[in-house]
Amino acid sequence: MENNKLIHLENIERVYKVGETQVKALKGITYDVLKGDLLAIMGPSGSGKSTLMNIIGCLDRPTAGKYLLEGQEVSKLNKNQLAGIRNKRIGFVFQNFNLLSRTTALENTELPLLYSDVSGKKTREMAMNSLALVGLEGRELHKTNQLSGGEMQRVAIARALVNGPSLVLADEPTGNLDTKTGNEIMEIFTKLNREKNITIVLVTHDPEVAEAAEKTIFLRDGEIEKIEHNGK
Amino acid sequence: MNIIKTAKVALRALNRNKMRSFLTALGIIIGVGAVIAMVSIGQGAKMEVEARFESMGTNLLFVYPGSRSYRGRFGGGSYTNLKEADAQAILDNCSAVQYVSPNVNGRAQLVYQNKNWNTSIYGVGDKYPEIRKWPVEEGIFFNESQVRSAQKVAVLGSEVSQNLFEGADPIGQVIRVNRIPFRVLGVLESKGESGGFFNRDDMIAIPYSTAQKRLLGVDYIQSIDVSAVSPSRTDEAQAQIEELLRIRHKLAPGAEDDFNIRDMSDIAESATEATQILTVLLGGIASISLLVGGIGIMNIMLVSVTERIREIGIRMSVGAKERDILLQFLTEAIVLSLLGGFLGVVLGVGSSRLISHFADMKTMVSMGAIILAVVFSASVGIFFGFYPARKASKLDPIEALRYE
Repeated sequence: MENNKLIHLENIERVYKVGETQVKALKGITYDVLKGDLLAIMGPSGSGKSTLMNIIGCLDRPTAGKYLLEGQEVSKLNKNQLAGIRNKRIGFVFQNFNLLSRTTALENTELPLLYSDVSGKKTREMAMNSLALVGLEGRELHKTNQLSGGEMQRVAIARALVNGPSLVLADEPTGNLDTKTGNEIMEIFTKLNREKNITIVLVTHDPEVAEAAEKTIFLRDGEIEKIEHNGK
Repeated sequence: MNIIKTAKVALRALNRNKMRSFLTALGIIIGVGAVIAMVSIGQGAKMEVEARFESMGTNLLFVYPGSRSYRGRFGGGSYTNLKEADAQAILDNCSAVQYVSPNVNGRAQLVYQNKNWNTSIYGVGDKYPEIRKWPVEEGIFFNESQVRSAQKVAVLGSEVSQNLFEGADPIGQVIRVNRIPFRVLGVLESKGESGGFFNRDDMIAIPYSTAQKRLLGVDYIQSIDVSAVSPSRTDEAQAQIEELLRIRHKLAPGAEDDFNIRDMSDIAESATEATQILTVLLGGIASISLLVGGIGIMNIMLVSVTERIREIGIRMSVGAKERDILLQFLTEAIVLSLLGGFLGVVLGVGSSRLISHFADMKTMVSMGAIILAVVFSASVGIFFGFYPARKASKLDPIEALRYE
């Protein structure tokens, strides 16, 4: 069972200093994410779900507590080491896509590979495969401004997957999309989870999106309020 | 991340924003181009002046009235102690002297039929063409006896001939100089445009004796042109003239000369000094444009990095390290600056060629100006590309991503 833990969070705290006052965004989160989980994090705004996701995604470091990613302590790593982890083990999907503008789908997908030690030839091949995985064959050379919202989010997913990460983090991935497109994106996530056994953590406040997940964590005021299993 | 990948990332980013890249480089292109072109004009003028004096010969001496210490460089007019007899004495007594030509100058209105022209009157001796190496093109120059008897004869500069006669044969015609009729004997060879300062062909030569009596009403002369028998004997000629004039002007031993003798290098020096000022002036103007260009580069670089903070955030979120971001922006800045510098050199050299071709001015591209301009603009470009990028690379990825 220990080997099966992808993420081990122990008493994670995050304190923001705003002037003189201190704001506690996370007040001791303890939770384990297993390999192959499809987990949703829900909660009202200000509940700390984005903060938690930033910490899990190694974009931020906890003020206190222990975070093991695949058994490795990451809460004490420096900025450059964290960048390396983001590059190889974590893929991000953002609400507003965060793609480079005026750049082709292919180049956007290749982006993480440019910061790792993959050779130029292989870069292209891996990016093409990744785009095929999200159903964008034939649209590789379209620039971001020629793509629809759903297509842009697919590019973002392809980019998140390109380096073969152990974890994909999605922050409100359907937040900027209409319901139908949002559902398509969710289908891609569930399919990736089921068929490729990729661990996915979604942050959302849309209960429908959370339904697709096996487990849902409800956060309130920086603490875990409850955990729901969808009984699957 | 290796060099090739960095270069690829940087070039892609530049290509993605062609307009911004072009505008950034434009500041450098114009700054560098302007400095090179401007300095080349100044340098060209200097060379032209030097070459002109070179062509006039190194065996020339000029005797002016007034002491050297008194500020009277090309003086004349205000001194009356140099006489025709001094010139004659120099020719008769100084063994190293070949020719002399007493000079008095003025300006006068010329009239021929219905045409008017205002020009310089050179009152000179009959050996003037030999001394100045300035032969007549058509007709003849006046001779010694015409000078002695102060005849009303004139030899025209080509510009004057062109303006009064418009291609018709002027020889033998009568023109009026301040209403006095003069017979035209010949036309001098054209000296050509001279770097835009003044036109040396816009003059007429008449016997100095005639100029003294008929036009100016004076009995002194303003200067004496002297040629030594050979360039190597110029110094000897100068010493002889000095000794002779001191005796003739009855100067006590130890008293200051009441005349001064200059050779070609003295004259060339003061003329080069003038063009040096021109070079400095043009260089100054160009430096301002380089500075403004530098400020432009700085602006665009600062704005573009700020505008790209989100891009930096995206790159960081997918695993770019601080160093990767820095290297990318540094590479972009270097590529733009060097490319801009290169195009600026092309523009500068090209426009100085065009100027010398169309404006008929000599230009001379100076290597120093090229290096100075390129180094300056490249450093500005690189520094202001690098500095904000360094700040941005220190940002928290979350903040950078959130940046609007």
